[in-house]
Amino acid sequence: MTTATSPAGAAAALLKPATMAQALQRAMRDAMAEDPTVHVLGEDVGTLGGVFRVTDGLAKEFGEDRCTDTPLAEAGILGTAVGMAMYGLRPVVEMQFDAFAYPAFEQLISHVSRMRNRTRGALPLPITVRVPYGGGIGGVEHHSDSSEAYYMATPGLHVVAPATVEDAYGLLRAAIASDDPVVFLEPKRLYWSKAAWSPEAPAAVEPIGRAVVRRSGRSATLITYGPSVPVCLEAAEAAVAEGWDLEVVDLRSLVPFDDATVCDSVRRTGRAVVVHESTGFGGPGGEIAARVTERCFHHLEAPVLRVAGFDIPYPPPMLERHHLPGVDRVLDAVARLQWEAES
Amino acid sequence: MLALRAVVYRPAPPPEWKPRTDPAPLLPDPEPYRLLGTDAAAGVDPGLLLTLHAHLVRGRRFNTQATALTRQGRLAVYPSSTGQEACQVAAALALEERDWLFPSYRDTLAAVTRGIDPVQVLTLLRGDWHTGYDPREHRTAPLSTPLATQLPHAVGLAHAARLRGDDVVALALVGDGGTSEGDFHEALNFAAVWQAPVVFLVQNNGFAISVPLAKQTAAPSLAHKAVGYGMPGRLVDGNDAPAVHRVLSDAVARARRGGGPTLVEAVTYRLEAHTNADDATRYREEPEVEAWRAHDPVVLVERELTARGLLDEQRRRSVTEDAEAMAARLRERMNADAELDPMDLFGQVYAERTSQLREQAAHLRAELEAEGEAR
Ligand SMILES: Cc1ncc(C[n+]2csc(CCOP(=O)(O)OP(=O)(O)O)c2C)c(N)n1
Repeated sequence: MTTATSPAGAAAALLKPATMAQALQRAMRDAMAEDPTVHVLGEDVGTLGGVFRVTDGLAKEFGEDRCTDTPLAEAGILGTAVGMAMYGLRPVVEMQFDAFAYPAFEQLISHVSRMRNRTRGALPLPITVRVPYGGGIGGVEHHSDSSEAYYMATPGLHVVAPATVEDAYGLLRAAIASDDPVVFLEPKRLYWSKAAWSPEAPAAVEPIGRAVVRRSGRSATLITYGPSVPVCLEAAEAAVAEGWDLEVVDLRSLVPFDDATVCDSVRRTGRAVVVHESTGFGGPGGEIAARVTERCFHHLEAPVLRVAGFDIPYPPPMLERHHLPGVDRVLDAVARLQWEAES
Repeated sequence: MLALRAVVYRPAPPPEWKPRTDPAPLLPDPEPYRLLGTDAAAGVDPGLLLTLHAHLVRGRRFNTQATALTRQGRLAVYPSSTGQEACQVAAALALEERDWLFPSYRDTLAAVTRGIDPVQVLTLLRGDWHTGYDPREHRTAPLSTPLATQLPHAVGLAHAARLRGDDVVALALVGDGGTSEGDFHEALNFAAVWQAPVVFLVQNNGFAISVPLAKQTAAPSLAHKAVGYGMPGRLVDGNDAPAVHRVLSDAVARARRGGGPTLVEAVTYRLEAHTNADDATRYREEPEVEAWRAHDPVVLVERELTARGLLDEQRRRSVTEDAEAMAARLRERMNADAELDPMDLFGQVYAERTSQLREQAAHLRAELEAEGEAR
């Protein structure tokens, strides 16, 4: 199994530490250099390079027509991107923060997600919507939402969330190359996570829709994605002391959903916990637990459990650590998987 | 008492600031622009008048035929543009073939005038949820049901065309109610900031379903809204086909030569109910409708043609016959049952079906086979 962040082999010697933000920037830069139809647009993406500096340098290198500071209007940004895509461009749109993408929902749901379908394939929309998402950075209100469930519930959209520097590059390249719209969720608190990485090294660019086993194990599967992947890997290391050998599956893509990789794992381990930051009620975990139960019922030794954020509006920074699922909550859930012994 | 010397506080003047442009040239004329019935009508090209007339007559017939099809259950719903034909016809005729049209659900006639097969244009309203025509082939976006959402698309497309060096213009249609939507504002703002080659045509037909313009906006006119964005606003009599054609053609030409966007408000009236499902007597009085009937766009052009001696009996008959033939063909083709393939439900959701959709498609296929065997 591949490990989280460093490609194996001799190439590793050439690698320098890079952050996820740098890998994302590099993905856009490479895509723009290779394909003149790739355009980046959004609020502050030009001169400033984005509030997280993910688009840093793109306007300088490719000009303001290719990396455009738009007026401050999310529906307008996504709506004009629709027209640009209709004319043959590949817009990459930045929404400044998760909760500020909501004004654009009308465009996303009424047009972006269904244009291919309603025109019987005549107008596919190759739009990438980049959304810095999730908590853990001490953001004030409206800066920490996990909005993936809304996107997942909309047919026609791909929904992707990288957890590693390598995947940030590979998945963003795949998203920009996709002929379908992709909601690309960037875990804010991993923007500055580092890994030895270089786009020159053999980076595994997987097509969208494949999960990966980040750590193999025999006693239970942690199913997770985005910012919760490092949490689960840490929990898995801690669980060794308790005699648990945990497998960690990083979904990477929520839509399409990789039932095969997830179910292979659960059939082997017989136990599963879904871990994510967004709310449990009506959240992605419910969907994932149901899918796993339907497909692996006879292999399960315990119910599929969920470890999620509380069912509350995202709390203020001073309280967010109580809300975000951490290692201890994951380990508690793992302990509860000893279902037979208890009942 | 001690006399205090008054300290006079004189603040430093603020940094100099002036409005960036003179708003006066952007302001619409106080009266809607008219040609028919004025001296200027004599300057209208006879060929254009005849073309407009033929399309108006066809358009009126198209509207009555489509409404009749709702009564026969062949159309799920039809929002008639009877009374508004001049706007729709002029919108289509003001464009070159390479230009793009962005219609809303009421603008079926604009699409038909563009040359799209009427049956294809009516696909959506028939209850088949697919856009019936290929938007790229006809440079006509799908009819938009959510209000004003197609306006930013028009801006984006026009912007993209300009970036690619093509002299393509986008014309986007919206109703008076739609101008209250956020997307209207965002589209106009983007268009003006980017100087995109786009023209916005507001068909102010007096009502958004039942809500009159006075409850929709407090602006002096909808054309006045343009000034706030930094683009010219034009007011035109929406029932005067050559006037609408002139104003739109000017705006299109301006956009094509890099002059940026224009907002055109056409003042017109919806003679029929909002759709066949609506009861217009609940919100308006008959005398108002009658007053507008007297300003019928088809009659206005006919009068001008007759006065000029351009519309003899033979010409009138051939135009009517042509419209009747179109209606008969439409009736006949719409009376054939649409053949829909249920498996099509899973087509074109994504470029490639997800494993989830493959499973669901297999499920439906099995259901259909079982149904077939049971029959
Ligand atoms: C976003 C949105 N809200 C509500 C509706 C329901 N609706 C359909 S037509 C209409 C009135 C539109 O009026 P106007 O923009 O003046 O256009 P007209 O029907 O007069 O052509 C409404 C409220 C809609 N289609 N889209």
